[in-house]
Amino acid sequence: MPRVKTRGFSVRAVGDRIFNLTTLAMALVILALLAGLTVELFRHALPSIKAFGFGFLTSTDWDPTTDQYGALPFIYGTAVSSALALLIAVPLALGVALCLSEMAPEWLSRKIGFLVELLAAIPSVVYGLWGIFVAGPWLRDHLDPLLAQYLGFLPLFQGPQVSVSMLTASVILAIMVLPYISAVCTDVFRAVPRSQREAALALGATKWEMVRMAVLPYGVSGVIGAIILGLGRALGETIAVAMVIGNSPQISASLFMPSATLASVIANEFVEATSALNLAALVELGLVLLVFGLALNIAARLLVYGATQRRFQKPA
Amino acid sequence: MTPTKSLHSRRQFFRKVKSDVMVGLTVLATVVAVAPLFLVLGYLISKGAASVNWNFFTKMPAPVGQPGGGMANAIVGTFELVGLACLFGVPIGVAAGIYLAENRGGVLAQAIRFSADVMMGVPTIVVGIFCYAIVVRPFGGFSTLAGAIALAVIMIPLVTRTAEEMILLVPHELREAALALGVPRWRTSLLIVARTAASGIATGVILAIARVAGETAPLLFTAFGNRFWSTSLFQPISSLTMQVYTYAISPFADWQRQAWAGALVLTVIVLALEFGVRWLTRGAAQVAR
Repeated sequence: MPRVKTRGFSVRAVGDRIFNLTTLAMALVILALLAGLTVELFRHALPSIKAFGFGFLTSTDWDPTTDQYGALPFIYGTAVSSALALLIAVPLALGVALCLSEMAPEWLSRKIGFLVELLAAIPSVVYGLWGIFVAGPWLRDHLDPLLAQYLGFLPLFQGPQVSVSMLTASVILAIMVLPYISAVCTDVFRAVPRSQREAALALGATKWEMVRMAVLPYGVSGVIGAIILGLGRALGETIAVAMVIGNSPQISASLFMPSATLASVIANEFVEATSALNLAALVELGLVLLVFGLALNIAARLLVYGATQRRFQKPA
Repeated sequence: MTPTKSLHSRRQFFRKVKSDVMVGLTVLATVVAVAPLFLVLGYLISKGAASVNWNFFTKMPAPVGQPGGGMANAIVGTFELVGLACLFGVPIGVAAGIYLAENRGGVLAQAIRFSADVMMGVPTIVVGIFCYAIVVRPFGGFSTLAGAIALAVIMIPLVTRTAEEMILLVPHELREAALALGVPRWRTSLLIVARTAASGIATGVILAIARVAGETAPLLFTAFGNRFWSTSLFQPISSLTMQVYTYAISPFADWQRQAWAGALVLTVIVLALEFGVRWLTRGAAQVAR
């Protein structure tokens, strides 16, 4: 566009420039926050990084009285509780997503979709409270004995049964991450072109065959993205887990035993840190959590962008 | 009936049955998935409703061991923290959203959009540590300000992405019409386009409020909690979430009873916001999560 230099136009240009710079600055705040998060955590974790090096990640020793810190029990607790939560949540979430996108009529699908959204809206402390007083005792009295009876030959299901345990934490986590996974999967399935489904149906496929041949293969990368996104949520979930996992920094094979996660130990011990090194070690746990979280989210977003691309294409 | 035909129809039958079974399983999965919502709400009401009374909203927490008392300071604290967080987070989020919408294809905009999406997935406890490092340490103590900043950091990417999506829904013709009438670009963006998208942006803000009102982890070592009134931005402050957390893990029956009441009130607030948004949009628009 040719620029005509008149007084009115230059005032206008100044206004535009101020506006553009302001919005740009605010947008840059996001980059600054993300960078700041990483840098600040690294900076405050430095004493611990210097003291323990890579051994921090492989040591099982967590003892504030002797100032010895190792992250392995928490990494183990986080990994197992998240993996177990996904094991429970993913099949259910896929079922929900397929039901909403393929089976239910539009009006019903919207209503159920809203209920699933509400599931994500309930604060994590409320799930924790429910976990302590309702879900934990119920699992201990009803599910644990069953598992011990039929699968008791596995070390996973041996030993005393406690209501605050890895298993309780995983079940609560599963309930909490399910809505995120199913929401993304529903979007992914809805983005599958109609023609794919019609082609399958026209060839005489039943409803399930259509899903298996036309919908699932098309959405597979998006589904993987959704699962990774759910994993990211599960890793970082703090309060609900801190309330029901029992917070004991030990690695035990049994899922009936208490454990601790990276996030739960930070929540429990940060304020009561006994020494500067203790604090730095806790911050380093946070750094580990952040690095995992960032890596998972970057991977997940890339996969989901690909699968629901239509929504993200540039407007014409 | 020839044997081949019966074989054929039997296969058809099995395919149909298999399909029906799988459809049934997805329905079952949906029922199982939604059940916890009703279980949690049911328990909240049955265990909490009896303790939600006038005292709960107007009294301060009672000293350890004494029955009674309420969560007046925690309720006010939640509103104060969330209000302040909006004050910091909403302008930044909306402006960033406008930037992203107006520079849709730019490399920088894409990088920022991606960062915002990634930031939504950062564990909130890490945001707590971050604010401990940049606010609590330098100012020499836990404070309302630190808690509010932590919540704002969580809000910003949520608001940004919704604002962007909502602005992109505004028809391009509207912008062109304004520009053709000689309205400056910045006024077009702000007073025509952003205003048209205002209700959508408000939706995003309300959802972000609902999200941060239920946050506990980032407040533990920023706002810290307080059994009394917080009279300054530089004092620790309580919130409903932290009070519920403290009471829930306490050994006192009376505190546990109050934890249920607090959780009920908190959930009602959050669900009211969600229903409000539902009513505002009425199935119109997709919102970033």
